[in-house]
Amino acid sequence: MAEARGDIVATGAASGILARRPSARARLLRHFLARPLAVAAAAFLVILIIGAAGAPLIAPQNPYNLQALNLADSLLPPAWMAGGKMPYLLGTDVQGRDIFSTILFGSQTSLIVGTGVVLIAGSLGGFIGLVAGYFGGWIDTVTMRIADSLLSFSTTLIALLLLGIIKNGSVGLVILAIVVSGWVQYARTMRGSVLAVKEEDYVLAARAIGGGALRLILKHVLPNAVAPLLVIAAVDFGVAVMLEATLSFLGFGVPVTQPSLGMMISQGKDFIYAGMWWLIAFPAGVLMGIVFSLNILADWLRDEINPRLQRR
Amino acid sequence: MIAFVGRRALQSIVVLAIVSFISFLIFQYIGDPVLTMAGQFATQAEQAQIREALGLDRPFYVQYAEFVGNALRGNLGVSYVARVPALGLILERLPASIELAVAAELLAVGLGVSLGSLAAAYPRSAFSKATLTGSLLGVSVPTFIVGIALILVFAVGLGWLPPFGRGEVVPVFGSWRTGFVTASGLQHLILPALTLGMFQLALLFRLTRGGVIEALQTDYVRTARAKGLGPVRVIVKHALRNVLIPVVTMIGLQFGQLIGFSLVTETIFQWPGAGNLLLQSIFESDFPVVASYIIIVALLVVGLNLLVDIAYAFLDPRIRYG
Repeated sequence: MAEARGDIVATGAASGILARRPSARARLLRHFLARPLAVAAAAFLVILIIGAAGAPLIAPQNPYNLQALNLADSLLPPAWMAGGKMPYLLGTDVQGRDIFSTILFGSQTSLIVGTGVVLIAGSLGGFIGLVAGYFGGWIDTVTMRIADSLLSFSTTLIALLLLGIIKNGSVGLVILAIVVSGWVQYARTMRGSVLAVKEEDYVLAARAIGGGALRLILKHVLPNAVAPLLVIAAVDFGVAVMLEATLSFLGFGVPVTQPSLGMMISQGKDFIYAGMWWLIAFPAGVLMGIVFSLNILADWLRDEINPRLQRR
Repeated sequence: MIAFVGRRALQSIVVLAIVSFISFLIFQYIGDPVLTMAGQFATQAEQAQIREALGLDRPFYVQYAEFVGNALRGNLGVSYVARVPALGLILERLPASIELAVAAELLAVGLGVSLGSLAAAYPRSAFSKATLTGSLLGVSVPTFIVGIALILVFAVGLGWLPPFGRGEVVPVFGSWRTGFVTASGLQHLILPALTLGMFQLALLFRLTRGGVIEALQTDYVRTARAKGLGPVRVIVKHALRNVLIPVVTMIGLQFGQLIGFSLVTETIFQWPGAGNLLLQSIFESDFPVVASYIIIVALLVVGLNLLVDIAYAFLDPRIRYG
């Protein structure tokens, strides 16, 4: 689904972003600070990561310890509204679970799925794209045909069918189900940028003095072709978080014993006619915040990598 | 030209063969039809009898050949739950899904392209900047949240539009019943169509805006301006024309995703379409229906992609010989 945002062609400038030169780093920081939206997005993500990682310490309640739940406190509105009370800052759900605590634990799941998908799909897709782009020939034809076919089907549908047939889902299975078609984006981007880089003079020169394929790939092609993958990774992290939430919302994602933002929204959906908006608004807000922040950062990264595409 | 189309058609057939094999595996091996039909308490002998009656004791390649043969004749098995042909169940639900998808696509293309051009005409305006950020938000909101938010605001809060169902439908021909011509049908269509189209709307907006801004800096646009054309004519007749190819590509590419999002939309709005049926069938382990759904979707997606490829070959000679 990130097709439109994903097509980036590597240019000479691409290597700048990975350069360890102090001047390049300073420029990167200066550009970053000049974009208030990007700074806000990064700040949001940092706070969320701290909150999710420190959930057992920060959360006032462990929402998945049944003994900690009090049914008398179910469906309370946020603390600042009439009828609400502390420590239930953002209110409680039908089982008396504290919304704020559940969001912290649910964000953990979102971040784990996002990280897992980006790492596995990124390395798998990156590797396939590198091999296809560098060697070409039948490997290229076969892998790109598979990629095209997978791309024409919906990631949601493929993951849903896999999880629906296997039943008893788990976080690991959700990650794998997303990876099944998630590697394609990385492979196509990597292939495109390898094709551009491998004809550069410095690669030809290295080949001319007798460098082997492995050495050429590792020392010359890979470092200069990998930058556009960073943008894909940022967008894809958000897509994975959205997909996990969607799958859990539909009842095919993580098991019910596992906290998930999508599942919170699914359970809260039954109460929207009763006007209990807090059951949905807070988890949905955090979910959108994660994806929106990642897309903002991806936009900034894209402009840094390829200033020609800058759209102002 | 013929070679190109032939190659593409061959690839489509390979994809379809793989998809049919996967559905066959799901159909035959995952939900054990013997257990479903004989019940949990059947004896070994009874189970063996049913297995033989269904032909499940034969080698799998014979069964696969039979599955394909049946599929080509439109026989995709019988639903375990409804006890009627699975294909019929899906075809009955397909019109509702197609109408929803068409309405969503019209909304997305109409609003996306017009707002995108407008934002490109005044790239430094507040409108342009606000819509650009808004579109980034649009691709960041999962479909199910869009749907719930729309229900919360327009159905529960304001009470303007119905929150679920398809409204009044009238028969057109055969089993095709349309909601396009009744007031109630159209009212029921607005929220789900907006939900389903939102992501593409945002995507098409960004694509059009970027493309038109780029086109406005080219020499041919400068020439058009120099000969005194107004801004509307320059954009509509000259700049927009060059953006249409990527827009069409995007619509084709996003079709598969649209099907995925329609599952979510149909669930939220209790839309009586094929996606809703699929989810229900997965929950009920009704695998003949699931397998039929996969095959129908594969046919639609592969067929559409083939058409797009052929259209390109006509439009662009470079592809024909490339």
